[in-house]
Amino acid sequence: MVRMMSPGLLRYLLGRVLRALLTVVGLVTIVFLLVRLIPGDPVEAILGDQAGPEEKAELRRALDLDRPVGQQYLSFLGDMADGSMGTSFRRPDRSVWSMMREVLPHTIVLAIAALLVAWSVAIPLGTIAAARAGRGWDKIASTVAVAGLAIPNIWLGPLLILAFGVKLGWLPLPGDDLAGPEALILPAVTVGTAFAAVLTRQTRAAMIEVLAQQYITAARARGVPSVPLLLRHALRNAMLPVMTIGAAQLGALLSGTIVTEKIFERPGLGTLFLDAFFARDIPVVQGCVLIIAVIYVVVNLVVDLAYGVVDPRVRLS
Amino acid sequence: MKRVRARLRRTPIGLGIVICFFVLALVGPWIAPYDPLMIDLLHEYEPPSWTHLLGTGDNGIDILSALLHGARLAAIVSVVVVGVSVVFGTLLGTWAGYVGRLTDHVITGIADLVQAFPAIVLNIAILALVARPGLMHLIVALAVNGWVLYARLARAEALTLREREFVEAARALGVPTHQILSRHVVPNLLGPLVIQATTGLGVVILAESTLSFLGLGPGKAVSWGALLDQGTSVLLRFPHVALFSGGAIAVTVLGFNLTGDWLRDRLDPRLR
Repeated sequence: MVRMMSPGLLRYLLGRVLRALLTVVGLVTIVFLLVRLIPGDPVEAILGDQAGPEEKAELRRALDLDRPVGQQYLSFLGDMADGSMGTSFRRPDRSVWSMMREVLPHTIVLAIAALLVAWSVAIPLGTIAAARAGRGWDKIASTVAVAGLAIPNIWLGPLLILAFGVKLGWLPLPGDDLAGPEALILPAVTVGTAFAAVLTRQTRAAMIEVLAQQYITAARARGVPSVPLLLRHALRNAMLPVMTIGAAQLGALLSGTIVTEKIFERPGLGTLFLDAFFARDIPVVQGCVLIIAVIYVVVNLVVDLAYGVVDPRVRLS
Repeated sequence: MKRVRARLRRTPIGLGIVICFFVLALVGPWIAPYDPLMIDLLHEYEPPSWTHLLGTGDNGIDILSALLHGARLAAIVSVVVVGVSVVFGTLLGTWAGYVGRLTDHVITGIADLVQAFPAIVLNIAILALVARPGLMHLIVALAVNGWVLYARLARAEALTLREREFVEAARALGVPTHQILSRHVVPNLLGPLVIQATTGLGVVILAESTLSFLGLGPGKAVSWGALLDQGTSVLLRFPHVALFSGGAIAVTVLGFNLTGDWLRDRLDPRLR
């Protein structure tokens, strides 16, 4: 692997990583400024209306809110750099990072499960639809994709709970013990459905384009059976545009997990973010936006680099 | 008669849904049988009946009336947000695409950032700027995400139009840039913009519902998303609240999506 890296590739890699870092710093600064502009007074939100002025002043000092914005920014950057991300307003004994570390695995597991649902539906369905373009299977796949896009996850979640939790009783209801993996199925389907619909459409379009190319006709003429033809010759080349769309949908995936965590009463980044927002727990709000920004930047970086693996031609562009 | 039926078959179901939605949003609050905020604690969470066609919800409010009022909110928010987004997006996009260079880099860069970042997180961050988010704030928050799609579209079209002969001819004749843009570039954008805006209305309705569902909607107004939120919290005992409110959102969004696809097929013969 290392031997394959030419100086050009290395420079490209470093450039991409540097740009990713700059993006994160930029986003963090924007978030810092945005959050300082919240008109609601966090001190009042924490202590309530009854608190006396001395009590408020003391908390303000403890939270560093009495210092100039410039100094706040420097100490904020320091908190970000040392990894603690500051201290929660509501829980002064906890660092923001420790609170996020607690819930982050739930969100990551949910997002990965949703991706698995989406890809395992979209690739077979999109491939079959492309192979049988214009015929029965294609129409079924297209209808499924349109329906999947149209059902909002805020409605799909409750519907799934009613069908599989209440009527059939197969899967646990929200708020039940979260220990079992079966509690993950409905949330994953809720997040993954819209994603599956988008990817099915993309896979179908990309496969149709690839299947029309001459090397496919040539392979068919050589007598390559249709299943290896589809999977080995066509699908691999069709995956590049699908991956781009998949990465662009990351935002939708994270939005979906926020909504789904609320529906299924699951702990996670979304729940933490919303709770912190309503309580005006500024450090936690900042931390959540930062971690989401980092996830987004890192995933995009990885996808960019993964292009090179899937298609060697784009390695240096 | 036969011809009417044939035409009906070709008229898409999506357009029917969209027209129904706008008519109900317009007249809904007048034909609603009850005040959607009327509290009737004796009849809380009743299933559908002749007195309450879709049943009652939290505090005994009539769900049909709440949905009709919610339709107006959804229509106002979506039309205003899409309108603002189209205007800003088209201006910025054509400018970026036609002028190019640094302008293009800056506008495209911001658009990339906004588009890829989770929309809800961005919306929440903007709504967090105000103590009590109202209708205006919601509209601003949604428009901050909204303009990107139209800007991309306008930029792509402006880039190709810039090289076309009739634009080059206008430039050679010394027509000022703003006139080239307004007379030659923007009119050519109308078709794609209409298609995008139709789908965009559905996207905004869904976004408004989602934010209301998360408790970030405009305070007092009756919203489908807020109703669905109430319905979800009593889902196991009174499923009808969530079923009807969520159904309204889903059918409306589907209608706009189908209409967008139908328009694309009709207005863009290349895709036939």
